[in-house]
Amino acid sequence: MSKKKHVTLNVNGKTEEFLAEPRELLIYTLRERLNITGPHIGCETSHCGACTVTINGKSVKSCTMFAVQAEGAEITTIEGIGGPDNLHPLQEAFKEHHGLQCGYCTPGMITRATKLLEEIPNPTEAEIRFGMAGNLCRCTGYQNIVKSIQAAAAQMSAAKEAAE
Amino acid sequence: MKDEITREERVDNLKGMGCSRKRVEDARFTQGKGNYVDDIKLDGMLFGDFVRSPYAHARVKSINKDTALKVPGVLAVLTADDLRPLGLHWMPTLAGDKQMVLADGKVLFQGQEVAFVVAEDRYAAADGIEAVEVEYEELPVLVNPFEALKSDVVLREDLVAEDGSIPAGAHGPRKHHNHIFTWEAGDKGPTEEVIANAEVVAEESMYYHRTHPCPLETCGCVASMDKVNGKLTLWGTFQAPHAIRTVVSLISGIEEHNIRVISPDIGGGFGNKVGAYPGYVCSVVASIVTGKPVKWIEDRMDNLMTTAFARDYHMNGKISATKEGKITGLQCHVTADHGGFDACADPTKFPAGFMNICTGSYDIPTAFLEVDGVYTNKAPGGVSYRCSFRVTEAVYFIERMIEVLAIKLNMDAAELRRINFIKKEQFPYKAALGWEYDSGDYHTAWDKALKTVDYDGLRAEQAQRVKDFKAGKTRKLMGIGLSFFTEIVGAGPVKNCDILGLGMFDSCEIRIHPTGSAIARLGTISQGQGHATTFAQILASEIGLPADSITIEEGDTDTAPYGLGTYGSRSTPVAGAATAMAGRKIRAKAQMIAAYLLEVHDNDVEFDVDRFAVKGAPEKFKTMKEIAFAAYNQAIPGLEPGLEAVSYYDPPNMTYPFGAYVCVMDIDVDTGVPEIRRFYALDDCGTRINPMIIEGQVHGGLTEALAVALGQEIAYDDMGNVKTGTLMDFFLPTAWEVPNYETDFTVTPSPHHPIGAKGVGESPHVGGVPCFSNAVQDAFRPFGNTHTNMPHDHWRIWRTANELGLHD
Amino acid sequence: MIPAAFEYYRPKDMDKVLSILEEHGDDARVMAGGHSLIPMMKLRMADVPHLIDLQDVGGMSEIEIGADTIKIGALVTQSDIIDHAALADVAPILREASLQIADPQVRYMGTLGGNIANGDPGNDMPGLMQCLDATFTVVGQDGERAIPARDFYEAAYVTAREDGEVLTAVTIPRPKGGHAYEKQKRKIGDYATAAASVQIVNDGGKCVSAAIAMTNLSDTPVFSKTAGDALVGTSVDDAALKAAVAAMLGDIDPTEDNRGPVAFKNHVAGVILRRAIARAWSRA
Repeated sequence: MSKKKHVTLNVNGKTEEFLAEPRELLIYTLRERLNITGPHIGCETSHCGACTVTINGKSVKSCTMFAVQAEGAEITTIEGIGGPDNLHPLQEAFKEHHGLQCGYCTPGMITRATKLLEEIPNPTEAEIRFGMAGNLCRCTGYQNIVKSIQAAAAQMSAAKEAAE
Repeated sequence: MKDEITREERVDNLKGMGCSRKRVEDARFTQGKGNYVDDIKLDGMLFGDFVRSPYAHARVKSINKDTALKVPGVLAVLTADDLRPLGLHWMPTLAGDKQMVLADGKVLFQGQEVAFVVAEDRYAAADGIEAVEVEYEELPVLVNPFEALKSDVVLREDLVAEDGSIPAGAHGPRKHHNHIFTWEAGDKGPTEEVIANAEVVAEESMYYHRTHPCPLETCGCVASMDKVNGKLTLWGTFQAPHAIRTVVSLISGIEEHNIRVISPDIGGGFGNKVGAYPGYVCSVVASIVTGKPVKWIEDRMDNLMTTAFARDYHMNGKISATKEGKITGLQCHVTADHGGFDACADPTKFPAGFMNICTGSYDIPTAFLEVDGVYTNKAPGGVSYRCSFRVTEAVYFIERMIEVLAIKLNMDAAELRRINFIKKEQFPYKAALGWEYDSGDYHTAWDKALKTVDYDGLRAEQAQRVKDFKAGKTRKLMGIGLSFFTEIVGAGPVKNCDILGLGMFDSCEIRIHPTGSAIARLGTISQGQGHATTFAQILASEIGLPADSITIEEGDTDTAPYGLGTYGSRSTPVAGAATAMAGRKIRAKAQMIAAYLLEVHDNDVEFDVDRFAVKGAPEKFKTMKEIAFAAYNQAIPGLEPGLEAVSYYDPPNMTYPFGAYVCVMDIDVDTGVPEIRRFYALDDCGTRINPMIIEGQVHGGLTEALAVALGQEIAYDDMGNVKTGTLMDFFLPTAWEVPNYETDFTVTPSPHHPIGAKGVGESPHVGGVPCFSNAVQDAFRPFGNTHTNMPHDHWRIWRTANELGLHD
Repeated sequence: MIPAAFEYYRPKDMDKVLSILEEHGDDARVMAGGHSLIPMMKLRMADVPHLIDLQDVGGMSEIEIGADTIKIGALVTQSDIIDHAALADVAPILREASLQIADPQVRYMGTLGGNIANGDPGNDMPGLMQCLDATFTVVGQDGERAIPARDFYEAAYVTAREDGEVLTAVTIPRPKGGHAYEKQKRKIGDYATAAASVQIVNDGGKCVSAAIAMTNLSDTPVFSKTAGDALVGTSVDDAALKAAVAAMLGDIDPTEDNRGPVAFKNHVAGVILRRAIARAWSRA
């Protein structure tokens, strides 16, 4: 049994401290230790993106990182992006434009999309498809996901302009 | 009180049939608050996982658990020997065969379950698995069904008698120790005669390759045996929770009233989650043995390598016609590769599913189908991946045969289809292989499709492209893929459709609350199709309460009425019908309550959107909300209090959605890379409940079709090793590889369905695969291609070009 | 999906990294972004009893653009490369190649060092580094040494780096002329079916230098000197392209896999190289 390490993470604004074996993958830390079950597991070869979270401002597949590796990091999952009292425009747009069906890819998809819209606030369709290529979906065929992200981008740009 | 709002507004407020109501499911899914099986966490919960065979065919000489049991956190290691006293080392399949739960003396496919390690957490389970020592003796491997039918190697020793004779199987006599069944439909003699005497005959062999539904969430369960109360609770990825409950009861001996099966949120099914897997059985046993909840969640590799595959049909076709192109006969022989166990999810009387829909959308006077099922050293199955039973195979077959015939006749393939379509007047149409198609207007749909895409313009463009290619001006060929499919969904009438003896009816139970909202429970279970949204719409239109006031529940066998689940696009045709019928029972009682309140005869009131009004005096009405309260408040002579209804619906027939698809593709012959320029999909699913959801289903089904046609396969090498067991090689397209789709529709209601709806979830997949494939094939038609097998990945497209001499 | 247990180290300087490597020999491995190593550990195909996380070791995360050379630290990510405006200016082929690697999430974590150090024939950067005539700085107990990329790869997963050494930086002479990184793949995220890196210089309509390297067509990246030589002195016309492709085909040795058989790969290698040369020449 390997030596456990003391790990401190900031997850969705809350500080979490625990002892973990080095081999504990961040996705399991979130899902099983912290009961944050939004990010999902869809594969074991880092292809599907269902586990995507934002770590220190980067989109990361949390299944391909050890908790110890993320020591000190600021992590945002879908639960930290918006809730019933303060939905993110992307969460609203996905509902408005039918950007989900079974919902399994949705947390990773929306989490990645929040970062994409920071990278490119007004992306073209090609930029959306390229920028979301790390997240697989089996249900929607992506077309309405693209529409949802376009709608959210437009809404967020309009809100930004209104605020300025 | 004067009525301020218009009738139109009253209809809109209901958000009933026909409106693009936004989904009620989305709130939890977009906020990460879904509840999938792997989200379940119970006190003291243990984890189970499998030791799996690296070999495709081998004897298991010994299993040594000693080291594994010493791994900290490992509690038990179950083998077939541990399950044998319970009679659970084997389990029945849905196809009348039986399947090993854990390796019993031998293994028959790579990845087969050999031992189940139960531990305190995933980490200990994973370490425990590494520590189990299994001694194998390799046996010769059979991965080709044709070789299997000739080989001396016996795969299923349990199905050979002591004296070496081969007893009959569940579907009749068996020709060889590796043969499973022969199934026939149609008229052999007359068909052979017609073909022998025909003016034109086209013949082709085609392979519909093995693939896999691969939903994003893998299969899994949590089994929890409550020893105090003697009750087993089983959460799982089950597309048919009630059927699972009955099966678990039959094999475990625990009575059904002491078993509660719950399908929570399911992350995609596509047929992968219909049957029972060893993981479910082992988890139940482990929970009974340890007294604690046990969770099993498979990895993606486990899922792709061992859970139910789809297709793997080798099909030979002969189609005969007059020289003018009128089809006179069709013959089809299938060699069906079922892997090590026939775990095919089909109604019991149909070991080849509804393959006999393979006369397709065409009026073919005589036909004959014969299917031979075969055992091989591959994963057991198969299931119907986003289709009704074997309908993808049937539709691919006929939509390729019609193209092959068009080449033989030197005819345009769109025209050949048109002159052979079943005509509108011919419905209900009795097809040569047995089914009665309910309704259709194929010519209208086809004309609309071809006009919208400017078919003649496309063919002209293609002709010019061929010229340019031959002149060396371009290296890209253009293909126009056509597909006109008729599906058979909504299984099905109890008289001929059952799963393990359970008739394929479905159900809806409605309870209206005093203040005018309602809850309805169904025997189906959504895996993303949006039932909670759409079935409320059906009810809203039937009973006049807003959809937003109706909760739809599915999946808990303690509360939901018995149903056969969701697959094969059966929910709308069967449970949707039950919903409408139960709604009408509610309305019938509501009518009597309204009449009582309005002090008129029952027949003097009529239903109007959301109320009952006196005939001829519409200002005198009672809303459904008022009627609901009255049901709890009034003592009405002859009526019980309350307002509830239940309907178990036995459909009189299947339903037959259809569609017209056109795909335009440009193919780089030097790299083999296809580019989808345009995809147009016209679907007719009868009455359309929610256009937004229909469109979403079409996008998704077409994308899965693209994947299957252009690369997604479960491939084996000669030793039975799976070559495509991870998402590196198992093709799931990303957003970048997928085009935008144009969707369109016609509406031809089903005459026998209470709301005329036919179901649509799987149509795009069924019609999409041949459309994409035909586009590739069509690009090479001018150069001599008649048929090339799928998948059309880069290297195979390149090979087609190479063999046709296009690289010289 | 669950790796075997291991000891984890996160040293703050290279000396400490090297001493752990010395102590545990080939039981110890360094990790940058982890996106090559962790998937292998999850499948238990890589056994790493001692894992050294490099992320806190300084001096390996910079991109320095000098007058003649560019120095890129081993921990620079693909995403850093893509976003670095000055780098895109002086060596646009790097950005072009990075954008064709994996997917957005993997590019945030995947490092240049991780892509070039372990000798995986599927990775994109090794061939590119050979095309650019890069030099790898490798640090060990005996100090630093510089190994040319063109001499670094010996066989699949076998490189000139010794077990106790760590690759810390890449130095690239500022490339000249037109560039192209052309990659055929089955989908985004896939390794190359065939890929070609080309840098080519045009002087008065004639090619005066050309560097060509091929990826995932052998058990190592292939720098094809003869292919480059076939273009020098020509106007890069059809005959020259044919000659370059023929020369390149003599240097690669593809194997059959799920992407296709050998004949296909050879053909596609030629097509991809032609397109890469044409594109690079148009920019030269």
